Amino acid sequence: MLTGSQIADSLEQLGITHVVTVPDSTIGQWQSEIESRASMKVVRVCREGEAWEVAAGLELGGARPLVMIQCTGFFESGDAIRNVLHDWKLPIASIIGYRSYLSQETLPGDTCLVFTEPVLDAWKMEYRLLTKPTELGVITEHLAACRAANKAGTILVAEGKA
Amino acid sequence: MSAPAKTTRFVAKDALIALHSARDERDVVITTMSPARDWLTLTPQSPLDVVFVPSAMGHATSLGLGLALAQPDRRVIVCNGDGSMLMNLGSLVTIVGAGATNVIVLVFQNRVYEVTGAQPMPANPDFAAIARGSGFESVFEFSDSDEWASMINDVLDAPGPVFAVLNVAPDVGIPGPKSPGPAGERARRLLDALRS
Repeated sequence: MLTGSQIADSLEQLGITHVVTVPDSTIGQWQSEIESRASMKVVRVCREGEAWEVAAGLELGGARPLVMIQCTGFFESGDAIRNVLHDWKLPIASIIGYRSYLSQETLPGDTCLVFTEPVLDAWKMEYRLLTKPTELGVITEHLAACRAANKAGTILVAEGKA
Repeated sequence: MSAPAKTTRFVAKDALIALHSARDERDVVITTMSPARDWLTLTPQSPLDVVFVPSAMGHATSLGLGLALAQPDRRVIVCNGDGSMLMNLGSLVTIVGAGATNVIVLVFQNRVYEVTGAQPMPANPDFAAIARGSGFESVFEFSDSDEWASMINDVLDAPGPVFAVLNVAPDVGIPGPKSPGPAGERARRLLDALRS
């Protein structure tokens, strides 16, 4: 739906210095373009909970990280999200892939569709859902607004099948 | 892969006292669980001390990696528990993969979940072997406080990333660490200290 170039441009506009990530078949396609930009580094973690705490350390050290994971890994990340966003109150930006959102008619039954948005609400994460390429500007608008307010912001990117 | 229990173990606080004396004033020191409890009793405290309380389970090493990547000219020393290390073993691979040579992970191996009442862990692995297998550049193991105190500068100055196992005795019945203040405020103070 979105190209690596579009995402990398958006992240550069936001001043992102590090993208901390576990790939899926959508967001993983953006890695090489992000990595090609001199202003950003990709940090590959083994499991998504790590990503939030690595990002926390980067933020505390003066960098500007962004966490990029799939919603399944977001579910795994709960304790780290609680700690980083709510205990330490760090304004970490994130992009979360919303598995199966674009395949609801052909691939019904993926429980990611049931739980992703309610769990984002439960963790009090301010998110915007991006469902088509024409909405690309939502990324910079929302994440910049959250940063200005010293709050964490999340972009939920609709994906097809896993 | 359960490592045989060391016949010699030393007092964890002695290890921290030696570290407290040896650390450079530019070093960031992260403590969690039992090491955090004991570190808080040592003076003077440094503005670059990160008492990781409240924490997320097992994530002190991940926090340390992020700080190390953002502050490549400083050493970041992570004082971790063995139970905490077990919860986030993959972070050792992540540290190596990220190329962070300024991370020093110290695992205080007391072989129990001490702060919850010294319950046994699933197993007691050979952490040094795991660190070597993960690609850590320098790996050490100590079971004697005098040896640790005499070698500590060699450990801190070794090519990184560095990993050391400290075989310590558990302190059973002592409560875990308490937060030294609101984490959000401490985060802002740390950011200021790193910028100054």
